[in-house]
Amino acid sequence: MNRRLAISLAGLALCASVPLAAVQAQPIKIGAVAPKTGPLAGGAAVTQWPSIKLWVSDVNGRGGLTMKDGSKRKVELIEYDDRTNPGETIKAVERLATQDKADFIVAPYGTGLVLASAPVFAKYGYPQIAVSAITDKTKELAKRYPNIFFTLGNTTAFAQSVADILKKMVADGTIGKRVAMVNVADAFGIELAEAARPIFKAAGLEIVYDKSYPLGAQDLASVVKGAKAANPDAFVAWSYPPDTFGLTELAKIEGLNVKAYYTAVATCFPAFAGKFGASAENVLGAGGIDVDSAEMKGYYERHKKVTGVAGDFWAGPVTYASLQVLEQAIEATGGVDRKAVTEAIKQGTFKTVLGTWKFNNQVIDQFWTVGQWQNGRFVGVSSTGKSGAKAVRAKTGW
Amino acid sequence: MDIIIIGLLLGATYCLMALGLTLQYGVARIMNLAAGEWIVVGGFAAYWSFSLQSVNPMWGFAIAVPLAFVLNWLIYRWLLTPLIRRAKTRGALEVDSILATFGMSFIAVGLMRAAFGGEFFNYSFWAEPVDLFGSAYGKNRIAAAALAVLLCAILYVALLKTRWGMAMRALAIDPQSARLVSIDVEKLSALAFAFGGAVAAAGGVVLSTFLTLDASVGVLFTMKALIIVIMGGVGNLRGAIVAALLLGLVESAIAGLVDPGLTLAGAYLLFVLVLLFKPEGLFGVRR
Repeated sequence: MNRRLAISLAGLALCASVPLAAVQAQPIKIGAVAPKTGPLAGGAAVTQWPSIKLWVSDVNGRGGLTMKDGSKRKVELIEYDDRTNPGETIKAVERLATQDKADFIVAPYGTGLVLASAPVFAKYGYPQIAVSAITDKTKELAKRYPNIFFTLGNTTAFAQSVADILKKMVADGTIGKRVAMVNVADAFGIELAEAARPIFKAAGLEIVYDKSYPLGAQDLASVVKGAKAANPDAFVAWSYPPDTFGLTELAKIEGLNVKAYYTAVATCFPAFAGKFGASAENVLGAGGIDVDSAEMKGYYERHKKVTGVAGDFWAGPVTYASLQVLEQAIEATGGVDRKAVTEAIKQGTFKTVLGTWKFNNQVIDQFWTVGQWQNGRFVGVSSTGKSGAKAVRAKTGW
Repeated sequence: MDIIIIGLLLGATYCLMALGLTLQYGVARIMNLAAGEWIVVGGFAAYWSFSLQSVNPMWGFAIAVPLAFVLNWLIYRWLLTPLIRRAKTRGALEVDSILATFGMSFIAVGLMRAAFGGEFFNYSFWAEPVDLFGSAYGKNRIAAAALAVLLCAILYVALLKTRWGMAMRALAIDPQSARLVSIDVEKLSALAFAFGGAVAAAGGVVLSTFLTLDASVGVLFTMKALIIVIMGGVGNLRGAIVAALLLGLVESAIAGLVDPGLTLAGAYLLFVLVLLFKPEGLFGVRR
């Protein structure tokens, strides 16, 4: 009898405690699906996951997001690994929407995965603020999916900026017109190379070496030797992380001494400067950022402290900015109604680490396109209308 | 001339990737789809030594090789021996071991990611140019080639001149008959499997000096190793070496003479041709 009484009292106490916990504000569920394994895991580990982690930490550090009634709700992160497989991305988004009942979902990482999951985001009405998705089809996609947003730029702009920089260097007499161009044989590299060919020609540049190499190629010596043999004044590689590192190391070993050297993705990673040290100086790459702007003050220190990973100089801060947009849109509407928040993103003006953002037909028109390692920092040197660009410097050997 | 040297250096790189799997598939009869992960383990050990402990990355050998040996031996004993005991035919064993090692590779990737994070890692070591016949080549690649030659020589001598080596060759040819001449098949297979893992880790240490790795790239190495092992003839060390060099030369020739973008196509075309005309592999024995 005593034991039964004790157990029932314990059960009662347990039941009583539950409503007490429910009185505290429910957290806002934010879902995130991106590669943790698979070919794109390396990139996501630098620009996607740490930015999300930093944002969640910053928001919860402030007590959470303020709702219409004045209460504050913290953010709860639900993570999934899509293994760089679009099928898995779609499955994870469905699961976040239907099973986990996420309030909002962070856009996936990688153009292919973002586009593959766009229909699912649209089906459940989640705003999809895409960052790592560079495509020329932003207009059509924005029309087709009224809740998708693009923030990192489009293919043509990236090729155009490189052409503009080279054209200026030719006009200044720093380099000649000969350009060796290589690209990774993946959608990203192929699209950029195809966009670049007519643009380079129009800028008066002469492409003297134009080859592609397979994704994951273990030996790029033939590519670099061939490029060097063509006697170029500038070298442009539309490359992915492993080949960005591989090509640069080989260029250094083979003595490809061009005054303008550009590799695309991952040039902006701290690991690039980490590996090449002084040789990284004056290497051009995709992306860039105005590290000296007021909004970026303290960002990198905080990033390293909270995530343990050094922040990169391109997509990482843009990912953080995209989450700031979400945060401000939620606070502007005072709730988690997805339709209202999507509308708020479309119409609103946002204060982010990249300055003031206002979406023009779901697209951010001003973005950094080319950066350069100068004095150990990867600074933005070319953009579509952003301020704070530094002057381009010629590369002087390795 | 460039093409030949690049081809040989690349062939040596491939050789390093494939030697481990040759031992594991050829002697221990396990189609180890997690073979590439041990290469990454070796690479991590070298990176850890160099970038985080600031010592010569070759210390990675001291860490990764014994670790790989012991872990692979344990994996064989605990995970794979039950499969072997249960398998009624060679074919059944292959299917079982493919599935089991495939699963193992996911576990390995997950563990490595938890330990080291998902980012790419690489470092500059011996990245100086060495002049050969008028062209510059990376010292790190030449070192990799030297290691490949050394490992092949050691394995060759061990397999041909020692009693154990003879037993392993017998095992590779016919495990049933090997049992008849009192060769301890289980013990020897476990040793071969463990050696295979150790060799892969050793290759990984040197490969990390010029390749960019992350927790997920193991599968790329496994794919290449698979092609080479099958092309050379299963269980045949000489075949694997020849196949690796041939693959390196063919890829280098296509990259230099045709188009670097077609190297992958060329590699697989070579593979298909070899299988069409000699299905048991270049040096394999028709059963």
